[in-house]
Amino acid sequence: MQQPNKLTPFFENLNFERDDNTMVINFGPQHPSAHGQLRLVLELDGEQVVKAYPDIGYLHRGIEKMAENMTYNEFLPTTDRLDYIAATSNNYAYALAVEKLLGIEAPRRAQVIRTMLLEINRIISHLFFIATHALDVGAMSVFLYAFREREFGMDLMEDYCGARLTHSAVRIGGVPLDLPEGFIENLIAWCDKVDHEVKNTYEALLTENRIWKMRLEDVGVISGEDALNWGCTGPMLRGSNVKYDIRKEEPYELYGELDFDIPVSDRCDSYGRYMLYMQEIYQSTRILRQLVPMYKESSPELMAHAPQYISAPKEEIMTQNYALMQHFVLVTQGMRPPKGEVYVPTESPKGELGFYIKSEGEPYAYRLKCRAPSFFHTGLLQDILVGTYIADVVTIIGSTNIVFGEVDR
Amino acid sequence: MRKYTPKDNVQAKSYYTDRYWVAPRVPRAAVEEGTHFADVVKTMAHFAKESYIEIGTLVIHIDAKENFEAIKTLKEQCGYTQCSEQSAVDYLAQDGEFELFYQFLNVNEAKRVRIVCRIKQGEAIESIVPLFNSANFAEREMFDMFGIKVNNHPFLKRIIMPDDWEGHPLLKTYPLHGDEFASWYEVDKIFGKEYRDIIGPENRDPARIDRYDTKRFSRVGYEVPFGADISEGEKEQPIEYSETLLVDYNKDSGKQLDHRK
Repeated sequence: MQQPNKLTPFFENLNFERDDNTMVINFGPQHPSAHGQLRLVLELDGEQVVKAYPDIGYLHRGIEKMAENMTYNEFLPTTDRLDYIAATSNNYAYALAVEKLLGIEAPRRAQVIRTMLLEINRIISHLFFIATHALDVGAMSVFLYAFREREFGMDLMEDYCGARLTHSAVRIGGVPLDLPEGFIENLIAWCDKVDHEVKNTYEALLTENRIWKMRLEDVGVISGEDALNWGCTGPMLRGSNVKYDIRKEEPYELYGELDFDIPVSDRCDSYGRYMLYMQEIYQSTRILRQLVPMYKESSPELMAHAPQYISAPKEEIMTQNYALMQHFVLVTQGMRPPKGEVYVPTESPKGELGFYIKSEGEPYAYRLKCRAPSFFHTGLLQDILVGTYIADVVTIIGSTNIVFGEVDR
Repeated sequence: MRKYTPKDNVQAKSYYTDRYWVAPRVPRAAVEEGTHFADVVKTMAHFAKESYIEIGTLVIHIDAKENFEAIKTLKEQCGYTQCSEQSAVDYLAQDGEFELFYQFLNVNEAKRVRIVCRIKQGEAIESIVPLFNSANFAEREMFDMFGIKVNNHPFLKRIIMPDDWEGHPLLKTYPLHGDEFASWYEVDKIFGKEYRDIIGPENRDPARIDRYDTKRFSRVGYEVPFGADISEGEKEQPIEYSETLLVDYNKDSGKQLDHRK
């Protein structure tokens, strides 16, 4: 029994001193492989995990509460801080949810640019996954190589929006900027480079690597039924032989017109998921290549025309009185979407990222719920870690690809 | 006279209100015959109080007491095998109720259904963890954020906030910057409540910045002597820049980072 006092506080219902052979250990929140602020309490019998309890909340910033106290446009940069590895996918998921609520659609060129940015972010995020996952498992060199290509991808994002990590590159109703000069050429060059490096460096280093296979094969096995039941989405679901990709099944943006495949793995283990991430990088570069001619054919509008919700173009504001008045109201008060509720799912690099927005017709959202894929993947840990060995815990956490900005929100 | 602010909802509100403006509503469509949703509505007819399609999602309002049975029917007979999200909306100020929503996905049909129900303040809801494990974390988060008790949940405990936290942050009565308890949380926990007076509100936040404190803070471009009293305002001084910050000693042999991509 614990005797809590000021110097030894109450340890959250945990008894570290056991009578039997089991041992309780704390994994994190400051563990280098805990992917941020995951505290995992593991009960061990020898080296085998008997019970696992993921404890989250160390990065809680109250983003949903902030959303209720900010106008819709004010909140957009805050979404960068959810999944900070691929910030544009959060910006986009939020902007799309608000657009669905308003009933507007972004113009063609904005859609092309958005799809481009989403896929660049997907590659950046997948490269980050491969780097950190390999590092967790013990392959240091992959980390260095993958971060090099990721850096070039972040250079591309920097060329577009000026930021490398917190992009805010999408606006409600479109995108703020057209692509800068030379972007397309750099993008194609980067796609070639990524394809080449993934094929000749990462896959050559890892796919047939004996240690890598020993560490990953049959580790963290999730059946398709379990994956659905635990709310797994994205590569976690497709890694369990359930072919569901929101881009394909419920197409948004230009994904309905694009030609790409959904890789699925029937291995249900960490190795299958790793292969899946590699295949998805190829598919993303394939999408990016198809988007280049689409960009060239599109007309140059970037923001939707809905002056009651979205400020009119600058030339209209500067020449027309009524547009100026509407712009003034939008800037000082914020847009007032109609009453209603909406849930819009998007396929972020980690899985299904959805925003539920309840609007009461005020400039502030009455309730905003961010459905973050990593939150549910963290919940899954309490199930799949049981029975595994302590050395595999790091592999499994790495293979779930959780990022704590969106777990804790 | 001080402006009246309601205590039951302390969230940000629009300063500008037009008393003749009526907010439009997102159109709600009826369920068409012969579609997948029509079958769902037919199966759920026993539970549904109201059902319509709002922005591509079928919304079914049910009685909160029947939530487990209704969701079981939805899962087993309509094929909605994934619970994507579950949470609540606070309507205590208007109706004294919470609105709970469950978001479901049918993987084979690629369709989504939202089950909505309302419970009174202080009432509990039945857990759906036996049907969907994903509700485990979601219901814990709802309990943490709103204080809604969930019956038969395997481990109903705070998930995001600390265990000894008081109050539920997503309630409309909870201020954005935290309440009295939140502001003293670290002091209470580390030193004890009796130290509140000794430490005082000015020292409880280690990240607090006091612009008049010239002993511990300085502002670039507004430098004043150490410990000077600037509560009456200080003299502005222009920033002086050094003339030669960068000297290129050897232009030809240095490595140039001209090509990154």
